[in-house]
Amino acid sequence: MAFTFRGGIHPDYMKERTSASVIVSDMPKPERVVLPLAQHIGVPCQALVKVGDRVLEGQKIGDCESGLCAPIHSSLTGIVKAIETRWHPNGTKVLSVIVEGDGTDDKVELTPFEGEIDDLSPEEIIDRAREAGIVGMGGAAFPLHAKLRTALDRRVKTVIVNGCECEPYITADHRAMVEYPRFIMMGAALIRRCLGVDDVVICVENNKPDAIATLRATCDGSGISVQELPTKYPQGGEKQLIRAVTGREVPPGKLPMDIGCAVFNVDTCASLYRAVFRGQPLIKRVVTVSGSAVANPANLLVRIGTPYQDLFAYCGGFSSDPYKIINGGPMMGTAQHSLETPVTKNTSALLAFAENGGEETILDDSACIRCGRCVSVCPMRLQPTRLYECAVVERFDECAKLNVMDCIECGCCSYTCPSKLYLVQAIRMAKRSIPKEGAKK
Amino acid sequence: MSEKYLVNPSPHYRCGDTTPSIMRDVIISMLPVLGGAVVFFGFRSLMLTLVSVAACIAFESLFNLITKRKNTVGDLSAVVTGMILAFNLPVVTPYWMVVIGAFFAIVVVKCLFGGIGKNFLNPALAARAFLFSWPTIMTTFTKPMQEIYYQFSFVFGEPMFVDGVVSESVDAISGATALKSLKEGVLPDIELWDLFIGNVPGSIGETSALLILVGFVYLLCRKVIRWHIPVCYLGTVALLTYLFPAAGIDNLTYMGYELLSGGLMLGAVFMATDYTTSPLTRRGKVIYAVGCGLLTVVLRTFGDFPEAVSYSILIMNVMTLVLDRYLKPRRYGIGGEHA
Repeated sequence: MAFTFRGGIHPDYMKERTSASVIVSDMPKPERVVLPLAQHIGVPCQALVKVGDRVLEGQKIGDCESGLCAPIHSSLTGIVKAIETRWHPNGTKVLSVIVEGDGTDDKVELTPFEGEIDDLSPEEIIDRAREAGIVGMGGAAFPLHAKLRTALDRRVKTVIVNGCECEPYITADHRAMVEYPRFIMMGAALIRRCLGVDDVVICVENNKPDAIATLRATCDGSGISVQELPTKYPQGGEKQLIRAVTGREVPPGKLPMDIGCAVFNVDTCASLYRAVFRGQPLIKRVVTVSGSAVANPANLLVRIGTPYQDLFAYCGGFSSDPYKIINGGPMMGTAQHSLETPVTKNTSALLAFAENGGEETILDDSACIRCGRCVSVCPMRLQPTRLYECAVVERFDECAKLNVMDCIECGCCSYTCPSKLYLVQAIRMAKRSIPKEGAKK
Repeated sequence: MSEKYLVNPSPHYRCGDTTPSIMRDVIISMLPVLGGAVVFFGFRSLMLTLVSVAACIAFESLFNLITKRKNTVGDLSAVVTGMILAFNLPVVTPYWMVVIGAFFAIVVVKCLFGGIGKNFLNPALAARAFLFSWPTIMTTFTKPMQEIYYQFSFVFGEPMFVDGVVSESVDAISGATALKSLKEGVLPDIELWDLFIGNVPGSIGETSALLILVGFVYLLCRKVIRWHIPVCYLGTVALLTYLFPAAGIDNLTYMGYELLSGGLMLGAVFMATDYTTSPLTRRGKVIYAVGCGLLTVVLRTFGDFPEAVSYSILIMNVMTLVLDRYLKPRRYGIGGEHA
């Protein structure tokens, strides 16, 4: 079995800018943090605090009753200055709690668990994951406790820990694997205990040999295996990763759990370890700050809610004027319009691109020459050019016949297109339009 | 914040390849063939190519001007069409015919159907088929390396006819192609080695398998094309000619001559691989190429013309529409190994 999937691209990874920089953990506290009350997929939190309240670092400030909700904790000790809608990295305005720091180091923590992993029941692990507000930190931000609960109910057989980090520029997970492999291993062991599975495999692309070596040494004897995978985008895509590791494919419209797999990000595992054994809620995360406009690219341990401008300022500001700011990687990240937007639980990178920085060739789109590259790179084996043709004339019914809903929006088609067509962008539009069409009928 | 940042949907990363850069690679890959043409058939072959390219560019510009469209000659695809068209002509072709061919290729086949990416036939091949309205000229293949090729009147004049009959000078240097002999069931009076390097009568760009293969390797290395179409096309022809040789000729010898003769190499590498007129999917490409090979052998064996590559590819061009419609890549999660 070849440990890979069909399709995909080999972009310029640009990871060498930060892959050797040790995570900076002593960044000065921000003056204020902006904490959106929806940092996960699911039901938004309700504020548990009022304007004027003093909150402590680690104090829960948002929660709700829903099973699909992850509570929000304050990442700073200080006064609640406002609860108002603010820009969220996803481009919408979201009700957020703004905490202004008072300079003190007071904090509260959860009760750490003292004992062996096997003394914990699955329920306890799930409860602790929920109380710590942990979400999938690779990008999707699905509440961890909800995923564990479903995986437990569905009797998952294989747990895949995703350390691929296939997006260009990002090295946050890479550094985490090199610097605290034990947290990741222990987090994976907690998930193994919770789901009662035997098969746990940590997957890393072979462009991170140091991470593979460290993890292998750490996991030796733990029963957790480390699988080296070829470097190819989107290797870290859930469906591609499952195909690469198990040789199996997730049928359309089904979940990985339907074929007995569950995928967790490496940093999610580390956060679970910190929550259970150290009592730390999810209030900090590693963010790679990079891109051609950043003076000193770095990996920073950042308090969630820190505005972008603080991160860039810490990295020496801009070496040249950026024309684009991206939350996440260049392939699937979201372009930002303001530097006041905060880091959220799933912000793995913050990129600033300079004009002529070499990242993007912005050219007018021209006619499709039917070169077929989009078809050969599509990891879901769709035909992007045909979907595009149908989408731009709003023949969404045709798009549906061509399985448009299978698209994972990885962007390989747009990346590779020599005619510079906005392929995935048009396909995304078609995907959004299909449920609406269905509702009309 | 007074700064204004560009906010647009992902991906924010694009590869450097563009349509002109791909076409530039195709042009580069054909330069060895052009060089070979000059060596074997003299400067008239270079002149034919230049006239063809210039005419293609001119017709495309003119069409865009008249129909008030953006001028698209910058994508360099007209240059590629012009070169391939010239490669398919015998060196004695009059220049006016080249211009007619260019008009047919660019205006009728390409622009009237919507320009680059929209034509359903390979423009250069369709033009060649059209130029077979003058069958005598199109099949007057002269021997390579003749002194006459260096005469001014041959390079710049119209060497083909004098007073309506084939001129004596051309008649003297005309040679039978290997395909013609093979069709008559006779082993050609041409060495396989000469066929391989291109030292034989034929259209200016088709004779040298060696130089065409050099271009093929370049295209593969630059990832402009993938191996499927040329390999499956040539493989099909090889297999069929090996299995069904002409009476009295050894299997392998027959296969060698069939593979290296006529426009097969040129067609398999530079024409059947045309993006626009070949299928999008890998499976489609394989079926398309096998179809080309099958038709080539069948038409060469049973048709009246000794050559069949152009028509085979044109027929499969039409089939591309069907292949693309019905051959989807296997959907992720369906049909494979799962659950």
